[in-house]
Amino acid sequence: MNEVELFAAQRRVEQRKRTGEIFEWLALTATIIGLFFLGLLIADTWIRGAGWLDWQFLTSYPSRHPENAGILAALVGSVVLVTLTAIIAFPIGVAAAIYLEEYPAQGWVTRLIQTNIANLAGVPSIVYGLLGLAIFVRSFGLGRSILAGALTMSLLILPIIIISAQESIRAVPSSIRQASLALGATRWQTIWNHVLPMALPGILTGTILALSRALGETAPLITIGALTFIAFLPVGPTWPFVDAQSAFTVLPIQIFNWTSRPQAEFRDLAAAGIIVLLAILLGMNSIAILLRNRLSKRAAY
Amino acid sequence: MVDARRVYERLIAAALLVCAGISILTTAGIIGVLIFETIEFLREVPLSGFMLGTVWTPLFEPAQFGVLALVVSTVVISLFAMLVSLPLGLLAAIYLSEYASPKTRGILKPALEILAGVPTVVYGYFALTFVTPLLREFLADMRVFNGLTAGLVMGIMIIPMVSSLSEDAMNAVPQSLRQAAYGLGSTKLQVTLRVVLPAALSGIVAAVVLAMSRAIGETMIVAIAAGQSTTVQLNPLYPMETMTAYIARVSLGDNPQTSLEFKTIFAVGMLLFLITFGLNLVSQRVLAKYREVHQ
Repeated sequence: MNEVELFAAQRRVEQRKRTGEIFEWLALTATIIGLFFLGLLIADTWIRGAGWLDWQFLTSYPSRHPENAGILAALVGSVVLVTLTAIIAFPIGVAAAIYLEEYPAQGWVTRLIQTNIANLAGVPSIVYGLLGLAIFVRSFGLGRSILAGALTMSLLILPIIIISAQESIRAVPSSIRQASLALGATRWQTIWNHVLPMALPGILTGTILALSRALGETAPLITIGALTFIAFLPVGPTWPFVDAQSAFTVLPIQIFNWTSRPQAEFRDLAAAGIIVLLAILLGMNSIAILLRNRLSKRAAY
Repeated sequence: MVDARRVYERLIAAALLVCAGISILTTAGIIGVLIFETIEFLREVPLSGFMLGTVWTPLFEPAQFGVLALVVSTVVISLFAMLVSLPLGLLAAIYLSEYASPKTRGILKPALEILAGVPTVVYGYFALTFVTPLLREFLADMRVFNGLTAGLVMGIMIIPMVSSLSEDAMNAVPQSLRQAAYGLGSTKLQVTLRVVLPAALSGIVAAVVLAMSRAIGETMIVAIAAGQSTTVQLNPLYPMETMTAYIARVSLGDNPQTSLEFKTIFAVGMLLFLITFGLNLVSQRVLAKYREVHQ
C-alpha cells in the first residue's frame, strides 16, 4: 500500500466514524423529541391552568360562569368509578390469571382464553363503549349510571390486569409450590397461602397501572352516555354511601366538555382539570413504582 | 373429610374457570352486539350504499350512508401518525438498544413510556389549543379543526408503542451476530443498519402494524381536534372525521336510541372492530414467525 492509498483509506475511516457519530446524535435527538413534546405539553398546561387551581375549583360544581365552575362532581365521579372498577375487575382478573397459570390440565381451554385475552387487549376502547351501551345500559337496564360505566371499564382493563397478574404468578419459583404440595397441602392451599402472597406486590402494581388507564379513559364513557353537566354527587345517605344507579361524570369528560367550548376561560379551566388529572395519575404511578421496587428487593430468594 | 376437601377444590377450580371465561364472554358480547345491530342497520341501508358510498350525511336529509368518507379520513390521519411515530420510534429503539449506556437507557426508556400513559383527552386538548394555532402561523390554509394536527399529535402518542416493541425485537438479536460483523471490521453504524435492523425486521413490522391499529382506534384526539366532514376529502388541512370521532359525536348528541342514526354507530363500530382486529392478527402472526427464527 503506497502513501496515497494509505491516506485515502485513513480518510474513509475518518468519514465512517463521523457518519456514525452523526447518526448517534440523530437517534438521540429522535428519542428526545417525544420528551420535549411532553415537556411542552406540561409547561403549556401549567401556564394556562395553574391560576385557576384553588379550593373553590376543587369544591364547586360546573357552571356557565367560568369563575364559579369547579370539578367537584367530576373528581368524585372519577374516584367512585375507579373504586367500583377495582372492586369488580381485581378479583375477576386475579382469579382468571390463577386459572391460566396454575390449572394447566385443560390445555386447549387455556390456550383459547389466552389468545382471546391477547386479542381483547387490542380492541379500541370505544368498541367497549358500544358493548357497554348495548349490554349494561340497555339489556341490563342499568341506564346511564356509574355502575354501567364501572362494568364497562372493568371489561376494558381486565386483559391488562390478567396479563400482568399472570406474569407475577409465573415469577414465583416452582420450588415453593413443590415444597407446599410435598407437605400435603392441596393445590388451592398452596396457591392461597404461598403463591398469592408472594405474587401480590406484582399483581397490585399491574392493577394500579390498569386502574390509571381507567382513570384517563374517555371514549367508552362518552358512548355509554356519561353526562357532561352534573351538579350532584353519586352518593347515597346510607352505607356504603355510593349511589351506583346515579348519573355521573368523570374528570376526562369534564375536560373534554370544557375543551369543546369556544371561550378561552373554559379552555383554561380544562387546563386546570388536566393538572388535577395528571397529578392523580402521577400519584398512582408513584405508588405502583414503589411497590415494584419493594418487590425487586424482596425477590432475592 | 378428604372427600369434602376434594369437592371444595373442584368448586374453586370451577369458580376460577368462570372468571377466566368472562374474557370469552366479552369477545362473544362484542361480536354479538355488533353483528346484531349491524344487521338491523343493513335492513334499512343496503350494504353497497354503506361500503361504497362516498357521502356520509346520516343526520341530514337526504340521509346518505357512504362510510368511505369516514374510512378515508381515518386512514389519512393514521398515516400522518405513522409518518411521525415510525421514524422517531424506530430511531429511539435503535438508540436505546444499540447506543445508550445502561444508565441513560434506564432514564430514557421509562420517560418515553410516559407518552403512552398520558390520557388521550389531554393530547386532544394540546392539539387544539397549542399545536393547531402554532401550525396556522405557517400554514395559512389550515382550519381550526383539521386532520393534520390530529395525526401529528397522535404520532407522538404512539412513539412508545413503536419504540418499545422494536427495541424488544432488536434486543432479541443474538449478540454473536453483532460480534461476527464487528470481527469483519464493520463500524457500529453498519452493524446496526445492516445486521441488527434486518434481523429484527419482523418484530419491527409487527410493532408498526400494531401502532397503526392503535392509531385507527384512537378516539379523543380526533374527536377534539379533527372536526367534522361529510365527504371523501384528502386535504389534511381541512376538517376530517374518523370512524371513532363519528361514534363519539353521535353518542354525545341527543338522537333517540332507536333511531337509524343511532344504529349507524354500531355499523361503523363493526367496521372499526374488523379493521383493528385484522391488523392485530397480522401483527401476531408476524411476531410468532420471528420468535421461531431466533429460538
